[in-house]
Amino acid sequence: MAKSYAEINAKIKKGAAVVVTAEEIIDIVEQEGTRKAAEQIDVVTTGTFGPMCSSGVLLNIGHSTPKINIHQAWLNDIPVSASLAAVDLYLGATALPEHDPLNTHYPGEFLYGGGHVIEDLVGGKDIQLKAIGYGTDCYPRKRLETWINIKDLNETTLLNPRNAYQNYNVAVNLSAKTIHTYMGVLKSNLGNAIYCSAGQLSPLFNDPFYRTIGVGSRIFLGGGVGYVCWHGTQHDPNVPRGENGVVKAGAGTLAVIGDLKQMSPEWLVGVSMLGYGASLTVGLGIPIPILNEQIVRFTAVRDEEIWAPIVDYSDAYPNNRSKILGEADYKSLRQGNITIRGEKVPTSSLSSYSKAREIAKTLKKWIKKGEFLLGAPSQLVPSVESEIRFKPLKYRPLQ
Amino acid sequence: MKVSRRIVLHFPKQLVDQPIIYALVNDYNLVFNILKASVTPGEEGLLVFELTGKKSDYEAGIDYLKSLGVKIEPLSRSVKRNDLKCTHCGVCVTVCPTGALSVDRKTMIVQFDSAKCTACELCVKACPPRAMEVHF
Repeated sequence: MAKSYAEINAKIKKGAAVVVTAEEIIDIVEQEGTRKAAEQIDVVTTGTFGPMCSSGVLLNIGHSTPKINIHQAWLNDIPVSASLAAVDLYLGATALPEHDPLNTHYPGEFLYGGGHVIEDLVGGKDIQLKAIGYGTDCYPRKRLETWINIKDLNETTLLNPRNAYQNYNVAVNLSAKTIHTYMGVLKSNLGNAIYCSAGQLSPLFNDPFYRTIGVGSRIFLGGGVGYVCWHGTQHDPNVPRGENGVVKAGAGTLAVIGDLKQMSPEWLVGVSMLGYGASLTVGLGIPIPILNEQIVRFTAVRDEEIWAPIVDYSDAYPNNRSKILGEADYKSLRQGNITIRGEKVPTSSLSSYSKAREIAKTLKKWIKKGEFLLGAPSQLVPSVESEIRFKPLKYRPLQ
Repeated sequence: MKVSRRIVLHFPKQLVDQPIIYALVNDYNLVFNILKASVTPGEEGLLVFELTGKKSDYEAGIDYLKSLGVKIEPLSRSVKRNDLKCTHCGVCVTVCPTGALSVDRKTMIVQFDSAKCTACELCVKACPPRAMEVHF
């Protein structure tokens, strides 16, 4: 038997939908089997909470008197992109102040960047705007310095080109000295291993072929409601997969959008990666509609069935070599140790499992209360049938 | 009455090769837990430890150390967690050398046991939301 989005939404409106988290569905499928589970359960909720560098906010600040066509602008001294219409700005999560020492005194601290401005903005703090224009007949103003606040702006739209990576590398360091990466501090000679996924709770592990996720899927984003608006940059559905369809490398990604004004600084956190840069930790959760038996089987995936590639960030990663040191399953990763080249290596996570669990539970609560309806996608995220291949740069020297 | 204090000892270099800590245990009935040590022959030594024992024994032991010329300071820097900032990712756990930071594997909540912390501060900069703070 198959269910439609309309049928599930009708149940949600009545407050009668049966909703469980991606952790809870595991035992249900084991005890009841996929057929019964697909009949009983309407929605499975997922969650993830990790640094997602391809994130940012699109702002329209409103027009000043006289008007300015902003050519360059800074928010709390962080440069923003003004390469749009007069007072439209895009603030990226990894932007850094021009006076930042960067990695001059290695490892740099990157204490305040774009992600931190986003956290302050969503938290209702006043932000300093400095802007310059070159002056035109229709936009004569050349300088603008003012405090701005999210409540006074026209649009503040969180628009993240790449979030919710389906899977991710386990980062290690084979070299003889500590290295500082976007995955965190990696100790020398396999001193630690850092992974970054909520595994069995993570959205795309629960719908590995993107049979329910696409343009218009309504999601939990930054503590509020958002939408999937496209597949993410570097989306790569055709990576090797296990028997259960689970991807064995990065694979799928999502572009997401939502109104920042209804989000919260608890779920959009500015972060500083020592020796690397600034970023934004984003809370994101997707409800998976149980349209049929196949989908419920996918949502029952468990950590021990999900494998991540182990990659050396001292050499293979920076030099773009695909060689991996092996694979690790998320059950072992989450328990704190994995074995690499016969050595026991302690693991840490960059993605918060407890917060991912909180997101899945929050989404479950919203849906059960009838406050959150599912968005039927008008176009699914491209899957294994698509021609998409993630290409390296085709380098052609200018000379 | 029992006391337990965390202190920093600076040894002049002529004392580095003497069994001072042994004397604290043997002669003064004190229990120690070394948090940090840097002792190299011919150089000034540094020892951060927690010293526990009966109040009278503790005071006598401290007097003994002072009589030898050891400089004693309370451990004044401490690392605290700002619970409002911690996102419980757990990336600090493998950076912490003493096990003061750990993950409860059931809840996946990161726990900070300040009794095990030696204020080495490695977690402070490794924490992405900078939740670990140094207090003086």
